[in-house]
Amino acid sequence: MELLRDVIKPVISGFGITRRRLATPKVTVMYPEEKREQYPRTRWRHVLTRYESGLERCIGCSLCAGACPARCINVVAAENTDDVRFSPGERYAARYEINMIRCIFCGYCQEACPTGAIVLRNDFELANYNREDFIYTKEMLLEPMPIA
Amino acid sequence: MPKRIETVVLHDSSTPVLGDTQKAGNVVLTSIDTLLNQARANSLWPLTFGLACCAIEMMGSVASRFDLARFGSEAFRATPRQADVMIIAGRVSKKMAPVLRQIYDQMPEPKWVISMGACASSGGVYNNYAIVQGADQVVPVDVYVPGCPPSPDALIYGILKLQEKIKRSNHSGSLKELRVVETLLPRDREAVQA
Repeated sequence: MELLRDVIKPVISGFGITRRRLATPKVTVMYPEEKREQYPRTRWRHVLTRYESGLERCIGCSLCAGACPARCINVVAAENTDDVRFSPGERYAARYEINMIRCIFCGYCQEACPTGAIVLRNDFELANYNREDFIYTKEMLLEPMPIA
Repeated sequence: MPKRIETVVLHDSSTPVLGDTQKAGNVVLTSIDTLLNQARANSLWPLTFGLACCAIEMMGSVASRFDLARFGSEAFRATPRQADVMIIAGRVSKKMAPVLRQIYDQMPEPKWVISMGACASSGGVYNNYAIVQGADQVVPVDVYVPGCPPSPDALIYGILKLQEKIKRSNHSGSLKELRVVETLLPRDREAVQA
């Protein structure tokens, strides 16, 4: 009788809590298979955007590099010519590099950009094996050409 | 490390087994490799080594929302003797660097290092006299996870990258060499070692 009172009954009532919890929805996001919804202002990997015409928005003004608190952006500008035109203005970014491992994803570059060229999107899968692989060049950052 | 499977390939260079002994050894050792790698990759016990704010996200990755236990890494060990992977979560100050190295040296082989966040990986915004500009100046880093701090899912992605690396790793090369030397006749062994 004591066994029933002191051992079996508490164990059964204990499993009752487990049974009640089983009915509640699961909170775990099964990450590699399904990704959680990111918040609208999430700041992750940078993207250099284009206009609808396919021209680059970046005009190589280096304001993003100036605003960067980690000093991880390197912009080298060059002049557009009428024959070879990358951006609508006078200049374009010949080199645009971000050291992704030093970047703190604060979004100041996005704020500083006068043309809205650099934006931080929500691709967070950036981990890699070598430190050299984290220098993201312009080719890696630039949006693909819009489908005409 | 190779001592555990010393009895797997038993042959003597003077008595060839099954024709091509080299090949036979490869088959056995490769399957053991795969088994070992699977076991290692799916039970990575991290060391609790939170140095700054990244540690909060590291803890968050173990909580129920992200549940690092799904990948066998929920057992955070407080002693380096029981840990497989060191997650350097936070900026490494120059004062902390010798401690970091000592703790790394105390971990048993095989061991891996994940550098979590901008500060641990490169110094981040702290490009100054007090902070080590990248933990790879102190310990060999296997996976770098950028972010300030990386969200738990970004860290889990880094751990998955490390698992991939472990599953790809190949120990049989060094094992085989050792095996061949051990099973040689004494005079051949002298010739090899000379």
